[in-house]
Amino acid sequence: MNEVSSKKSVLSDHLQDEIEDWISRYPIDQKQSAVLGALRALQHEEGYLPVEKMDAIAEYLEMPAIAVYEVASFYSMFELKPVGKHTISVCTNLSCMLRGADEIVEHLKNKLDIDLGESTPDGKFYLKQEEECLAACCGAPMMQVDHVYKENLTVEKVDAILKELDHKN
Amino acid sequence: MSEETVQIFINDKEVTAPKGAMVIEVTDQLDVDVPRFCYHKKLSVAANCRMCMVEVENAPKPLPACATPVMEGMKVYTKSPLALDAQQGTMEFLLINHPLDCPVCDQGGECELQDIAMGYGNSVSRYTERKRVVPDKELGPLVSTDMTRCIHCTRCVRFGTEIAGISELGATGRGEFMEIGTYVEKSLSSELSGNVIDVCPVGALNAKPSRMSARAWEMVQSASVMPHDSVGSNVYLHTLRNQVMRVVPRENDEINETWISDRDRFSYEGLNASDRATQVMLKTDQGWQATDWDTSLTHVADKLKQYQVNDIGVLAAPHSTLEELYLLQKVFRQLGVNNIDHRTQQLDFIDQNAMPLFPYLGQTIKSIEENNSVFLVGSNIRLEQPMLAHRIRKANAIGCEVVSLNSQEFDFHFARHYTWNLAPQQWLQALAEIAKCADSIDKLPAELRNIVDAVNISTDAQQIYDLLNNSQQSSVMLGAIAQSHPQASALRALSDFIAQVTNSNFGMLAQSGNTVGAWLSGVLPHRFSAGEINPNAGLNASEMIATSRRAYVLFNLEPEFDFANSPQALEAMQTADFVVVFTPFNNEQIQQYADVILPIATFAETDGTFVNTVGHWQSIGKAVSAPGEARPAWKVLRVLANKLGFGDVQYQTSEQIRDELKQLFTDEIDFTSHLKDFSHVNLKSDVNKMHRVSETPIYAVDNIVRRASSLQIAVADQESHVAMSTEQAKQLDLLNEQVVRVVQGKREVTLPLRIVESMSDNCVWVQRSAAQKDTLGEAIAPVEVQRTANA
Repeated sequence: MNEVSSKKSVLSDHLQDEIEDWISRYPIDQKQSAVLGALRALQHEEGYLPVEKMDAIAEYLEMPAIAVYEVASFYSMFELKPVGKHTISVCTNLSCMLRGADEIVEHLKNKLDIDLGESTPDGKFYLKQEEECLAACCGAPMMQVDHVYKENLTVEKVDAILKELDHKN
Repeated sequence: MSEETVQIFINDKEVTAPKGAMVIEVTDQLDVDVPRFCYHKKLSVAANCRMCMVEVENAPKPLPACATPVMEGMKVYTKSPLALDAQQGTMEFLLINHPLDCPVCDQGGECELQDIAMGYGNSVSRYTERKRVVPDKELGPLVSTDMTRCIHCTRCVRFGTEIAGISELGATGRGEFMEIGTYVEKSLSSELSGNVIDVCPVGALNAKPSRMSARAWEMVQSASVMPHDSVGSNVYLHTLRNQVMRVVPRENDEINETWISDRDRFSYEGLNASDRATQVMLKTDQGWQATDWDTSLTHVADKLKQYQVNDIGVLAAPHSTLEELYLLQKVFRQLGVNNIDHRTQQLDFIDQNAMPLFPYLGQTIKSIEENNSVFLVGSNIRLEQPMLAHRIRKANAIGCEVVSLNSQEFDFHFARHYTWNLAPQQWLQALAEIAKCADSIDKLPAELRNIVDAVNISTDAQQIYDLLNNSQQSSVMLGAIAQSHPQASALRALSDFIAQVTNSNFGMLAQSGNTVGAWLSGVLPHRFSAGEINPNAGLNASEMIATSRRAYVLFNLEPEFDFANSPQALEAMQTADFVVVFTPFNNEQIQQYADVILPIATFAETDGTFVNTVGHWQSIGKAVSAPGEARPAWKVLRVLANKLGFGDVQYQTSEQIRDELKQLFTDEIDFTSHLKDFSHVNLKSDVNKMHRVSETPIYAVDNIVRRASSLQIAVADQESHVAMSTEQAKQLDLLNEQVVRVVQGKREVTLPLRIVESMSDNCVWVQRSAAQKDTLGEAIAPVEVQRTANA
């Protein structure tokens, strides 16, 4: 007998518009198809996926909350906990590894003083553990910074990129 | 059902199989053993454990038997080198991460993984790397978890989605990081949640209340039937050292399939409650004194003989056995008492002579699944009758429309469902509107016709009528809330009428495990055993407590909980001159009104019979002995009969009592749920006054369930409160109040206020917690809700 109120209200108007847009692309009786789009929009807005807002999406798409959690936890691109503002993920797959990706990772870890999967205490950087090849072998070693590819990396180049990001703040 | 079949060969033996069946269904039928973990006959096919691999001729690779449909001429080998190799390979992989902790695992000895590993596993593991460890999840007081043992068969996940109708468990994460859980910590809320313990093939999900208390091979299994709802779910009681340790389902496709409700699974804790009555107790001038059976029953007999028969009221609980109920009414009828009743939750009895032989469901439990539409009148069926709700849900999943007439939207698990929300005092009008849609209302008596003529048909009414009328198979079911309604007779008559004119089944949802048995055995003021009419009808349960009797016999009842008007019942007991209580429990509350406490056995401690809502007689044997001096009640009643001077009451076994009753049914038992006529109905009501409406909480239905500690913990956060809509709160100027005063007649209570938007206008829902008594009075009655005095 809890108070029945719509959870949708915790979602911003912009997010609701996004979700509506995703819903409109699928057949009316298959709203749950929009779950990936909705979660991506949520992550874009919040930087991660808070439970409360996932529950709201579940209600929006008329699916059980656990089904949304299942999707959110399946894809490594979704963050389930708050992370730093800028996400850095270094590709460590075969081509990049052969071209010195491990060094780049070590350098980043030392420079930011955090381990893979951690964020800096000031909340600026998040060093993501990259699961798979990012399909830019021709520019190895490479990393993704906030979804932008940075290729043919050297230690100096990484420093320059970090500096630039730091200034942006 | 298509009767098309195909011929296939299982291990070179030719068999006929229905077209479309999976190979594993055929091998199961033939008792050919194929190992499996994820396959469960009542759940969808997932084919993710890969254990049931079999060789199929001409298939290049082994195929999963659970997901391979049979084909004409198919040749299947379950034990060929290819099949065995695949099965052993899967087993080795499953054992990579499964801990070897069988000696400390509750599932040890009854574990599917352990059994199959004995047949298909290696004696020595080749795996030397580190095993996976998974944190345990907190799923509430009923289900314990050891998630490292989980093999990801997803049976529990599918159970939630497909059977319980609430998806609570899921598989989060991916690959090696996949875990079964709820993601956010929460207790399982389904009333069927305990079944995940049975479907789990390993020791990952176990029964929390019985955890680490007994080994599977130490316990003795006794077939039994649970008395808490009218389905009579079949179970096994597992006992050790004269104590029921746990309860598991006993498969019966006609009744409970392979499931049981949590109420049936965990109520056994009530049998071991700390306040079990173990001594015969007599109230004397010096206070309570323990005595022996002979003294106490002599005393009871002497005392009872002092009263005029009309001064005695006999009230029995409908979860007692048929033998107890039959003998109780026989003994007191011989004494001349006609004030005998079991309908303590009822307020309106005016149509009792028109009632059928017993409150019948009108169809078999299984056939509920074939309905195209179901109309529930005043019922929160999920909590009242979980297994019947499950059948409706199954029908609903394949297209059955479910509509209900209730005071609010209950938390139903049906995929599609519509509630016609009305205050209880308007239900009569609502049903009249539906009745008005019929071609002719001539069958109704004049007073009901007047009501029907006066109403205007609303869209809701027309839609419900059309739905029932146009469905090939439809049902109208009268729930517990409707049956405890002050106008129950009128609701019954109109519901029955609507069912008849729309060619629907009419069913009354009997309250308890032996409500039907109580009707058949004659625990009624107006009927003897086997439905024979009593020309000198006595007082009904309500009259017995309203017009105080001087002496009461309470059988298995607790007046403070078990009556539609509990405060009145308690008062009647407290003011009575002499109260004999047959009870498995003894506590201070009982001692306040009792004069003699006769400790009796519970359903698990006596032989007896239960008759369920479809009139199915189920006899069970005792599983354990009653504690201390407590005795099976039929034996106590036999001695009491002799003390009263009825020497002919001589039974050696409970079967003799049952057979004596059975012989009284000279004709075939009349299986009808229809009322004999509609002429006696109660039309008095205060339509304009705001009413309260209530139900008996799911874990408060009888004295055993109320003492089942884990179930009580499970609902501990469900506090007593009063609920109304925002609109209603505004009207009463209570919108900003935290607690309010509910006044019903001369009684009042202060309760927290909750806003529930689906509540209908002009009524409030008074919810009491399972542990609390109702102190207001009738379950449905006019009330006033006010601010607390000091405001």
